[in-house]
Amino acid sequence: MNRHHATGIVMAFAWMVLGFLALPAFAVVPISFTDTRYLAMPDEHWSLQHWRAFLSNREWHDSIWQSLWIACVSTLGAVVAGTLCAIGCWRASSRWSERVRTAMILPMAVPTIVYALGIYRLYVDLDLVGSAIGIVFAHTVTGLPYVVLTVSASLANIDPRLEQAARGLGASVGQTLRWVIVPNVVPGILSGAIFAFIHSWDELIVVIFIGGRAFFTLPRRMWDGINDNLDPVIAVVATGMILFTLLVLSAELALRARRPRS
Amino acid sequence: MPSQSDTPTGWRPRHGVYWLIIMPALAMLVLLYLVPLADVLVTSVTDPKPGLDNFLLLFTSTSVQKTLLTTLRIAALTTFVALLLGYVVAYAMRAANSSQQRLMLFCVLLPFWISVLVRSFAWIALLSSRGPVNAGLMAWGLIDEPLPLVRNETGVLIGMVHVMLPYAVLTLYANMRGIDVRLVAAARSLGASRFQAFRMVFLPLTRPGLIGAGTLVFILSLGFYVTPALLGGGKVLMIAEYVAVQINDTLRWGLGTMLATTLMLSVLAALWALSRVLDVKRLFGA
Repeated sequence: MNRHHATGIVMAFAWMVLGFLALPAFAVVPISFTDTRYLAMPDEHWSLQHWRAFLSNREWHDSIWQSLWIACVSTLGAVVAGTLCAIGCWRASSRWSERVRTAMILPMAVPTIVYALGIYRLYVDLDLVGSAIGIVFAHTVTGLPYVVLTVSASLANIDPRLEQAARGLGASVGQTLRWVIVPNVVPGILSGAIFAFIHSWDELIVVIFIGGRAFFTLPRRMWDGINDNLDPVIAVVATGMILFTLLVLSAELALRARRPRS
Repeated sequence: MPSQSDTPTGWRPRHGVYWLIIMPALAMLVLLYLVPLADVLVTSVTDPKPGLDNFLLLFTSTSVQKTLLTTLRIAALTTFVALLLGYVVAYAMRAANSSQQRLMLFCVLLPFWISVLVRSFAWIALLSSRGPVNAGLMAWGLIDEPLPLVRNETGVLIGMVHVMLPYAVLTLYANMRGIDVRLVAAARSLGASRFQAFRMVFLPLTRPGLIGAGTLVFILSLGFYVTPALLGGGKVLMIAEYVAVQINDTLRWGLGTMLATTLMLSVLAALWALSRVLDVKRLFGA
């Protein structure tokens, strides 16, 4: 027998904790249909008033577009630079490239507030506060770890003889990269892209500091809304964000299911 | 793409090429990440004047000390509760059959993916005085007045445990999966009671998992901003929010960067210590 027993009480308690983990976020769905003017479950009937308020509000729409395009551009940057970096570290495989790979996960380990202070100071000097390029670069560099980690994991599965064979048959380094290595790590690249995208899409603290007056991404506008007045419209936005995240996540799961190797 | 003549067959790729493609990411990391962090460090010992005056505030300023104590207390409580609940879940996951296991893992990973901001907002809505939790308790007649569950430490603790629990479960589960259950069976067959076998055989074997999960949750809790700021309603000031207030409201850069530096160095030191006992890169999903 490979498993051990857990008593019914332990199992029941574990499922309660799992419910505590999985369910609370979905409370925003019924709350978004409330017929009250404050945050509560629908009282007498379900109402679309807050959804209508959301759909007719230009500010929320602008925020969605800002968040979307910032996430797309910074994901692209993180994917290109991160993939090249992972491949370079994999091939160079020396003590130094190992150090580079470790340094790349720093943005995941250092508390964001520390980075927010630093990048804000730098951007004040460079006059980049409230600029699109400033936010895109900040999100790109903090999105790098996700790509480097997932692509490195894919590279670890590649048979090094594949590359030797291509080189032996006369392919240049660039050709080998383009036709042999990159196609083999596509699943890793796509997973990294999804993580980097969600990272930028959800990022709040850095944008609060460097967004200036021009950039109110979706998380920042939600943050201001929660601090100001707790309007049920925020529950509508939160519902939308959960749906969108689940959509992106199922794309990742589908991708993983289609991955050829174990 | 280079032509064939540039790279005749037999030319061994120098590592130079590989360092060339590492460069864009490395340059970005250095210029846009490490330089700003270094600037925070430098500012903490130069603003308003050079010296360690800012760091003396750690020992002399009562408001700084109050924030540090609040941070440590909430991080410790969060760690304790997350370990306790996480242990039960990981233990149950180990014992479950594989289809149950998959559903359990899904429940653990799902909140990971929903943004902390959205989850904190959901907790505010759930726990507020007119929210469903209080409404339910009053409808059942368990309480007459709404309980103050949010904008205080209770709310912060609930929200933090919710964010940290998946880390605890995953680390503990990874550790428990490596334990040979035949050891427990052997203890049972030698006459140990169920509880004795757990306490004297299984529990000691999960110590590395408990240490790893505990350290990880504790250090991640130290730097939390969004959850305590929203669920504490400005009344429960943890270090990250305190730093933001220093910069945004009072423009005390010296104090703000000093606390940020202290936070960063504590977290990195703890991670380094942890990396000596287990593979830290795994914790970040490698």
